[in-house]
Parts: sequence; structure tokens; C-alpha cells
Amino acid sequence: MSLGQRVSTDRQLTRLLQIGVVLEEVVESRAAHHLETLPPEERDAVDEEVRALLVDAAEESADHRDRLEDLIADLDAETVPYEEINALVDAQYGPPEDTDGVLYDQLANEETAYKFYDDLIEAIEASDSEFAVDRERLLETLRTLREEEKEGAEEVTEIMERRA
Amino acid sequence: MNTADQYLKAIYLAQRIEEGPASTGTLADLLEVSPASVNEMIGKLEDQGLVEHEKYKGATLTDEGLERAHDALQTYCIIERFLTNVLEVEEFRDEARALESVIDDTVADRLDTIIDRPGECPDCFDPELDHCERLESPGTGTQCD
Repeated sequence: MSLGQRVSTDRQLTRLLQIGVVLEEVVESRAAHHLETLPPEERDAVDEEVRALLVDAAEESADHRDRLEDLIADLDAETVPYEEINALVDAQYGPPEDTDGVLYDQLANEETAYKFYDDLIEAIEASDSEFAVDRERLLETLRTLREEEKEGAEEVTEIMERRA
Repeated sequence: MNTADQYLKAIYLAQRIEEGPASTGTLADLLEVSPASVNEMIGKLEDQGLVEHEKYKGATLTDEGLERAHDALQTYCIIERFLTNVLEVEEFRDEARALESVIDDTVADRLDTIIDRPGECPDCFDPELDHCERLESPGTGTQCD
């Protein structure tokens, strides 16, 4: 057991970055599923603002995934292909009942990703270890992703407040 | 998972292994820390009403402590199952132990949306084997389908 929040090996870092990729893939896949699986009357009711939010979320996740994959490649490791995660999402997916459910799920996605990057940054900063990937580049990338997740959560919250 | 939750999980598992209060020695072994560190943390958990400690016997979770330990073990089970079934990690026990302090329960909940976890989780966790008894992978000695 490892007590204390610290990343100290390349293997540990690689696994955490791979988990980050999967989280992004889950966001991307769930956003796509939400649009496809809402009942027709609900699908029509999803206004342009929400539709644009889901499309942007999927694009942003794909971009985040690319940036994480660049770091993982420097650690000589691979990631789980999107198609595999999409199939796993598909197998367990239960569609939200309505547009509010979609927005809550999207908010949970953004907040979870923010929390993940925040904890990961803290755990890397708490460690003096040298990694196979440049430490500053690693932290800069993760801080950017964290900031974008924060902005994403704020965007969803604003839409939810307007709809309330 | 924070340090307190890791302790609560260890107390829960030690109680199951020992079929009674969790001794300091067992907790020190499970957590790979000194007995003095265990005693210090037990005191803190006792102050928070999560644990009852009886001298020379050991620590027992209160109802509130048991609930938190259950949640912590469930988070751990999600990490192990995710590493095994999604990332196909053979040494998933060592890696789960190395990662649990960095994986928050909200993150684990999201990973849980893509794994197929038994409904009785975490009761099917085997403390001796240090993994879910229903987890099948090369690392548990049984092959996945």
C-alpha cells in the first residue's frame, strides 16, 4: 500500500496518464451517446446551446487525449484505443432521462476530470522523482488540461443556471 | 483516496482476517508503516468517532467508520478491476496499491461506468488474496473468458 499522495515512478505516472486518456474517452463517448440515445421528442428539445456544448466537449476530450498520448509515447507506453472504450461505455450505458440529466452528466464529467488532473499535479509536485518525460512539460500540459476542465464545468453550470 | 480512508479500509480487512478487533501489528503489515504510525492514526480516527480502540485488543470500526471503510474498499475494487479488465495489467495488485492514494472516489465512480462489477461488491473482496474473489485475470491464476 502506498500512503501519501505521491507519484514516484515512470510506471505509476504512465498508468495515471493512461487513466486520464480513458476518462477523456469516456467523456467523448458519453457525449456522443447522449445525443444518439435521447428519445426523439427529447432530442428535438435539446436546444442548440446544449447540442453545441456536447459537440465541443467531445472535441475537447479528443484534443486532451492527443496531448496525454504524446506524453505516454515519451514513456514508451501505449493507450487503450477509443473504439474499445466506446464499446465498454456502450455495454454499460444508461441514457439520462432528459436534457437536465445530460447536463448533470456532462458537469460530472468535467468536474471528475478537473479533480483527476488536480490530484495528479499535486502528486507529481509532491515527488522529487525524475521521469522519462520532461517534468516541466508534463506539469504544464496537465495544468492546461485542468484549466480547460474548470472552464468546461463553468460553462455547463452557466447553461444550467440559464435553464433553471 | 486519502490516508484516513486507507486506514479505515485496512482496519476493515484486518477485522475480517482476524475475525475480531484489528491488531496494531496486522495494520502495520497491511499498510507497510511502523506500529507507532498506526497508533497515532488510530487515535485520530477514534477522536473522529470512526474507530473504537481497546488496549491490548485492537481497533474496531464504528458504524460510521464501517460505512466509510466500505466506500473506500469499493473504490479500491474499482481500481483493481479497471486495471485488470481495461488496461489488462497483470500485476494489478501492486499497481492498485501504488495508485490508490492518487485516485479519488469521484474519479473511481466514473471509471466504474465502464466496468462490470458484481452487485455484492465489496463483500466479495478476499482480504487474504487481496483482490475480489470474482475477479478473473492472468494475475489471479485464472484466465478471463
